[in-house]
Amino acid sequence: MLTNRVIPCLDVDQGRVVKGVSFVDIKDAGDPAELASFYDAEGADELVFLDITASSDARDTMVDVVERVSAEVFIPLTVGGGIRSRDDMRRMLEAGAEKVSVNSAAVANPTLIEECAQEFGSQCVVLAIDAKRVEEPALMQRSDGSYDYAEALWQVYTHGGRRATPLDAIKWARIGAELGAGELLVTSMDADGQQTGYDCDLLSTISAQVSIPLIASGGAGTPDHFVKAVTDGGADAVLAASLFHYGDLRISEVKSHMAESGLPMRMIH
Amino acid sequence: MKDFRLAIINTGAANIHSVEKAVRIVGGDPVVTTSADVIADAHAAILPGVGANDAVMKQLNDRELPDTIREFAASGRPLLCVCLGMQILFERSEEGELPGLGVLGGEVVRLPNGISGSSGLPLKIPHMGWNTVHFKDQSVQRHPIFADIPQDTYFYFVHSYHCEVENARDVAATSPHGIDVCAAVVRGNIVGTQFHPEKSGRSGLGIYAKFLEYSQSLT
Repeated sequence: MLTNRVIPCLDVDQGRVVKGVSFVDIKDAGDPAELASFYDAEGADELVFLDITASSDARDTMVDVVERVSAEVFIPLTVGGGIRSRDDMRRMLEAGAEKVSVNSAAVANPTLIEECAQEFGSQCVVLAIDAKRVEEPALMQRSDGSYDYAEALWQVYTHGGRRATPLDAIKWARIGAELGAGELLVTSMDADGQQTGYDCDLLSTISAQVSIPLIASGGAGTPDHFVKAVTDGGADAVLAASLFHYGDLRISEVKSHMAESGLPMRMIH
Repeated sequence: MKDFRLAIINTGAANIHSVEKAVRIVGGDPVVTTSADVIADAHAAILPGVGANDAVMKQLNDRELPDTIREFAASGRPLLCVCLGMQILFERSEEGELPGLGVLGGEVVRLPNGISGSSGLPLKIPHMGWNTVHFKDQSVQRHPIFADIPQDTYFYFVHSYHCEVENARDVAATSPHGIDVCAAVVRGNIVGTQFHPEKSGRSGLGIYAKFLEYSQSLT
């Protein structure tokens, strides 16, 4: 039967893999192709590469990274970060990515999702959502001029979590799926880097409302957190970055634990 | 096998390059082509595809390739069709207006909505991820390129439509996703996989290696 996926995420800055905790505090950690091969051998079911290169003239570096990795590693590769147009997406797909994730550009222009899905197929289009719990409901002005507290429990952030938007993360997930996204990659900004577990409330609220696959991101600290993302959050796949990069947990042990907990997993050893 | 000519038919689909890289790493030297002459002249061919039915069929129609591919399929030379490449072998698809190649009888329909999995939750569409592939054990369907694959090996799938095959004997393998999804077809020299061997790690590369070995053995 279809298995739950464990996905290491590699943040790439100018061709090198790095990792930030809560989107800051970055530390260099290696060569993309080597790391990709290592994770493949460990049993990674897919790989996500997130380009965090700030300057747009260094973007070509990412195309090279994807070319190099996809010539050596034959598992699905998702690439995100700085994808603004259909052309950006095409370049990544042609370089060897299986899927491309869009985030800020899709918030600015939701039809990008539709256009990309029509041209390349929904299965190529991943909508990445960075969501933050709304601590105090914001006062919003309605179209009739009256004021009320916004209903959103989670708010969408863009630009690597630096910019708040008025978008409700749950509604945005639903709209993204309707526009043709084939998968959602949902990061809890509250949980990210904390190692206290995925935000299962956020995940389960989204998974109850969309029928496309959901990747959980942000907050993993123990093998049990991965299990909970699936059982309590309804996620189809679970993503983690620094936990794997710094060897706190091995992908193989996470997958073994998930399998022992009764989840369908692809075991390779 | 210096003279062995392997054509990867360029359907304009995004996974062409991944297929080419996979064939190269197992020792092949394919030509990615849209030329009817190159395809007609090849000893073996691969028909990859991802994306939407009409996008790929339009690309083939614009280059007047459907007849070339049909003739290739009828010639008995090995033809490996991947994902959408397999789906366009059939007569029609719910996903689009343009008819398929009609090499195999049957049609392509959307995966059924709302079927519950073992967890009780509705199964997701697209069918995305690693799933077990169950081969029928009749020797006629165990094409040489699938011969060494252990039963229920995991392969990577990503699709929202699936093949409803008219002749059950064309179905070589299935995968469970609420229903038994057609995972592979075989009819003589024609082989198709719904999953992506080029994204299925070692097991997938094994299929390209076997296809290469088998095709060269016939040359």
